[in-house]
Parts: sequence; C-alpha cells; structure tokens
Amino acid sequence: MTRTTRTTRALAVSSGALVALLALSACGSRTDDEASGPSAEGSCVETDGDSVKIGFLNSLSGTMAISEQTVRDSLDLAAKEINAAGGVLGKQLTVVGEDGQSEPTVFAEKAEKLIKSDCVAAVFGGWTSSSRKAMLPVFEDNDALLFYPVQYEGLEASPNIFYTGATTNQQIIPGMDYLKEQGVTKVFLVGSDYVFPRTANKEIIAYAGANGIEIVGEEYAPLGHTDFSTIVTKLKGSGAQAVFNTLNGDSNVAFFKEYKNVGLTAETVPVVSVSIAEEEVGGIGVDNIVGQLTAWNYYQTVESPENEKFVAAFKAEYGDDRVTSDPMEAAYTSLYLWKGMVEKAKSFAVADVQAAADGVSFDAPEGTVTVNGDNHHIAKTALIGKIDADGLIYPVWESDGPIEPDPFLEGYEWAEGLS
Amino acid sequence: MDALVSQLFAGLSLGSVLLLAALGLALTFGQMGVINMAHGEFMMAGAYTAFVVQKVVADAGVSLLVSLVIGFLVGGLLGLLLEVTLISRMYHRPLDTLLVTFGVALVLQQLARDVFGAPNVDVRAPAWLSGAVQVLGVGVPRTRLFILALAVLAVVAMALALKLTPLGRRIRATVANRDLAETAGISTRATDRLTFFLGSGVAGVAGVALTLLGSIGPTLGTAYIVDAFLVVVVGGIGQLKGAVIAAFGLGLLQAGIEYSSTASIAKVLVFVIIVAFLQVRPQGLVAVRTRSLA
Repeated sequence: MTRTTRTTRALAVSSGALVALLALSACGSRTDDEASGPSAEGSCVETDGDSVKIGFLNSLSGTMAISEQTVRDSLDLAAKEINAAGGVLGKQLTVVGEDGQSEPTVFAEKAEKLIKSDCVAAVFGGWTSSSRKAMLPVFEDNDALLFYPVQYEGLEASPNIFYTGATTNQQIIPGMDYLKEQGVTKVFLVGSDYVFPRTANKEIIAYAGANGIEIVGEEYAPLGHTDFSTIVTKLKGSGAQAVFNTLNGDSNVAFFKEYKNVGLTAETVPVVSVSIAEEEVGGIGVDNIVGQLTAWNYYQTVESPENEKFVAAFKAEYGDDRVTSDPMEAAYTSLYLWKGMVEKAKSFAVADVQAAADGVSFDAPEGTVTVNGDNHHIAKTALIGKIDADGLIYPVWESDGPIEPDPFLEGYEWAEGLS
Repeated sequence: MDALVSQLFAGLSLGSVLLLAALGLALTFGQMGVINMAHGEFMMAGAYTAFVVQKVVADAGVSLLVSLVIGFLVGGLLGLLLEVTLISRMYHRPLDTLLVTFGVALVLQQLARDVFGAPNVDVRAPAWLSGAVQVLGVGVPRTRLFILALAVLAVVAMALALKLTPLGRRIRATVANRDLAETAGISTRATDRLTFFLGSGVAGVAGVALTLLGSIGPTLGTAYIVDAFLVVVVGGIGQLKGAVIAAFGLGLLQAGIEYSSTASIAKVLVFVIIVAFLQVRPQGLVAVRTRSLA
C-alpha cells in the first residue's frame, strides 16, 4: 500500500501546483506593452459612401462583462437614435462591435483591429483603467480617437482620448466637499487594492490635510476579498464619522453585510461609495445599503426632460426591469458629443474633430455637458445621491453648476506634488 | 483588550468559514483522493438554492433553515452525478480528474450565469440573525456566531457519522485498505458514491451559510476553492482533525496579521507561512498513521 501513499502525496503536490497556477492567473496580466511601431500612414476611414463606420469595444465576456454589457446597450441605443434622426453629416452609422474580454491586452489588440482593418472613424468603450492604459498607445500611435465613458482616477490627458466620465475633481473631491459641509471631521478610507483606490485615496488624504479632516484609517482589500471582519473592526474602533469607499465589485457585498451586522448604520457612520451605481444595488441587497451615499454625475432619478426621454427609450429597448447608471449615461452622451464635434468640424478626420472639440456641448440626461478642448474631459455637475428602499438613488446634494474638468488637479493648492 | 477579543473572534469566524468550505473537501479529497475543482461550484449551487428557496418561502428565517437541508441535497446530488458520470471513470488518474472537474466547474458557472443572470443576486438574512450580541465586551455579529455554530455542528456530525455509523465504518475501511475492505464484503463502489454525496452535500450547506456573509454570483465558488484546498493540504490528507486545526489556525493567523498590517499583506504572509510549513511537514499537520501507510 505504499503506492497509495505516494499517490496521495502526488495528489497533494499536483493540487498545490494547480492552486499556485490559479493564483497566478488571477493576478491579472500585463497591461502596457502594446507599443506598436510608428504608423500614422494616413487614415483608411471610408467617408465617401452614405455610411460611416464606428467601433464599440466593451467586455462582453469575462469578469467585467456584467458592467460593460450595460454600456454597450446604451451605446447601441444612441447609435440607433442617431441613425433614426438622419445619421451624422447625413451618413448612417455602421457599428462594428468587438469584445474586449476583460483583458487589457485584448483591448489593445481589438482597438488596433478596429482602427486598422475596420477603419472606424472613432472607437467608444473601455471600462477599467488598465484597459484604457493598454489602449492609449494604440490610439496615439495610429492617431485615432477613443471615447472613454467611465469615471477614473485622473492624472491623464491624451489628445486621442475623450473622457466623458468624471475625473477626480468632479466626483471624489465633491464627495469630500459634501462630507465637510456635513461637519464630518474623521473619515475612514476603505478600497480595493489597485490603482484607482490608491490614487483616489492619495488625493483624499491631501484634501483632508488642507481641510481639517482627520483620516482615521486607510485599508485596502485584495480584489475579490470576501472577509471584512477585521477591516470593519478597525473601522468601528477608529471613531470615524464617515467612510469613503472605493471598493470595487463583489467585495462591496461582503463589506456592507459585515458593516450592517456589527451594528453600524447609515445614520451614525455614513458610507460614500464611488463604484456603486443603480446596477449594483440589487446584487448587494437594498436592505444592506439603504440610506448610504454615492458620488456620481448622473442617477436614473435625475429630473429633466432629456433624462425622462433617455430612461423611457432605454426601458422600451431593453425591458422595464432595466436601470440606467452613470457610466451608461456617459457612454450614451459620448456618442452624441462625437456627433456634435464631427458636425462642427464638417469632417470625420481625427485632426478636424480634435480641433473642433472645444466648447461642443450636449443636453445630456445628466444636464448640459461641455467638452474642454485642452484636456478632452467634459464639464459635469457632481451629484451626491442617497440609496432608497426602492433600489434607486436620489440626489441629495449637487455642485454649483457644472465643474470644469481638472484631471491633474492644478487648480487645488493642496494637490501640489501628487502627480 | 477589546481589540484582542474581537480579533480572536474574527479569526475563529474566518476559520469556521474556511472549515465549512473545506469540510466536504476533506472527505472527497482527503479521504478519497479525488481533486474536485468543481467543489466551489457545489457551494455556489448551495447559495443559489438559498436564493430560489427564498423566492418560494417568503419568511427569511424559515427559508434559511429549509435551504440548509435542500442545499445539502442539491450539492450532494450534483456531486453524485459528477462521481457516477465522470470521476468514477478516472480513479488513479488524478491529473485527468483535475482537468475534467475544472471543466465541469466552468460549465456550472456558465449555467448559473444563463439561468440566474450575470449580476449578483441577494438573499435576505432573517431578522433574528441581524445585529450583534455582546460577548466579553465586544459586539459579535449574530450571523458569524450562527456560522461558527453551524461549522462545529457539521464537524461533530461528520465525525460521529464516520466513527459510529455503518457507512462511516465502510468509508474508513475503504480508505485504509480498499482491497481488504472489498474482500470483507464491502461494496467499495457504493461507498465511494456515498462519500462523494456527503462531501458535496456539505459544500452545498457551506454555500447556503455563505449567503449570510458575501455576494451570491456565478463565481462565488472560485473565491473559496483555493483556501479550501489549502486547509485540507495543511491539515493533512485523510484526517478530519487536521482540517479542523488547519482551518482555525489559518483563520486566526490571517485575522491576526491583517489586524497589525493590511489584508493584502496578510494574504501574502499566510501563503508564505504555508509554503514554509509544507517544506518542513509535507504530509500536513496530522498524518494518517497506520501500519500499511507507514
């Protein structure tokens, strides 16, 4: 029977090897080595016919598919609306859809394909910062255009990317402004362990230092972390009056369940989250998160004729049970902004669109937004929202009008030396 | 002092979650030597069972208790199906089993995505499990006490079943010496099937319990499968006792390191400690000591 023992040990060893493999593959992949050689051999975009091609690049498979599919849906809706209204410069939009597979390298490959073989006039999509960082050199080398619809950590401005989600001074800083207005002086930071939360928290700490707010704790959990008892214990013992939450994905569920179970409530220690939108509320469980705060630039409940029209059109297209969220709205808006730029330039050429971009505005569902020609971000109004028992988020505070984008935080003295 | 007590509890609680996740595996991997990568998906099936049961039985308390039973059956039957259709053809081919069950895991995840949709779903916790109770001056969440009790109960039940019931005797006999057991008139095939049913059933129960703590989605299992294998490997193949010590040990270690550093550092350090430990004691904490296996 010694053979059995050996088999058993072999089993243990091989399982150990597999475990290690799994752990490795879960650690993500390379992001930024898509440095293709010099190209810019002139655009191959076909604009002579009565249609023009555009590319949609979102993850339809893999871990990000849950979120990015919703962005694709609203992009499709915008393209359909624009075509029904006569297209762009009289040309119908032909959409070439690609799947980024939740992999930054795939995003870079597919972006190159869309630009070089499909010859699209512009690409819309991307979600994670790593996917954007992977695509950036592709768009710069080929002198093409990307419209990126998600809030992000700032400190970036490429002439080839238009950022239609919020940069930090339109989401994170207003979130802190709100807490300060509420008289909060002790804040606890919790986030997932990757680039966005760490960058955001650096900015928050600098802000806090200049505004008399004490940061009583800063904790990071690995992506996918499921046990928050220790972090919540630290939070409870820290004397925090509010929590700034940059956790991403499933970890939010475990965090809020633990938070509720130890007896913390939205009334005593409110949590401001920047990655929880209408889509995520159902999965976390409304009971666990009701009364908590979020910082965004759009909610389904925003009251405006444009938003009523957008929500009604979306529900008519995809079903009554669907909700609309900030990234979806930013994606929808991005297509209309591109249309505005092209029509102002009277040309689909990248250089003409870039030159015409400054000042192009659109009456978006979130309110009127305007493109800043210098940094390619857009001016947006910040909205702090409260999660209601019906699963929707209702604005409780808004900034004084649209905030000019400042991705490098140059207009804030305390932010010196951050980038 | 408060911090110490609450961290002690956090560690025990984490240990009980690990134990629940690993207990079934201690049976199928530890006793039978089958590397079942779909074990996590049986937990996922248990969690979705809780979701479905709550759709039918509105009362959160009743549905939780009903789910524990049905979750056991769902996990167990899935395991039985897997054993009969695939694993039984691959005993003594561990690498094939590993790959096939990994494939089954992916299929089950996609199945869950197709049936229940990609976004997470929510299971409400019963009112009597919400909030915290004071233990030694610190607030301890009732859900975590419940899971701790459930884990202890599951271990005791399984230990008693292995020790006292005829099935348990057959399982132990088959593990100790398959040929001899067969000569003694034990149907080792039937025993294998039942062992797998039990082990997978416990995974289903673990899945139901996890709905109290975390998210319920198609990838729920993948978050726990690695930790579960670690517990069994550290504990020592073939012994329930080892899994129990390893689960609580790793839980306390993780909670302790996490309190004085960060969650990421704690994960890394625990891995390093495990690797170092296995260098010294590759057979795990508790090794089976019989004359035939010496």
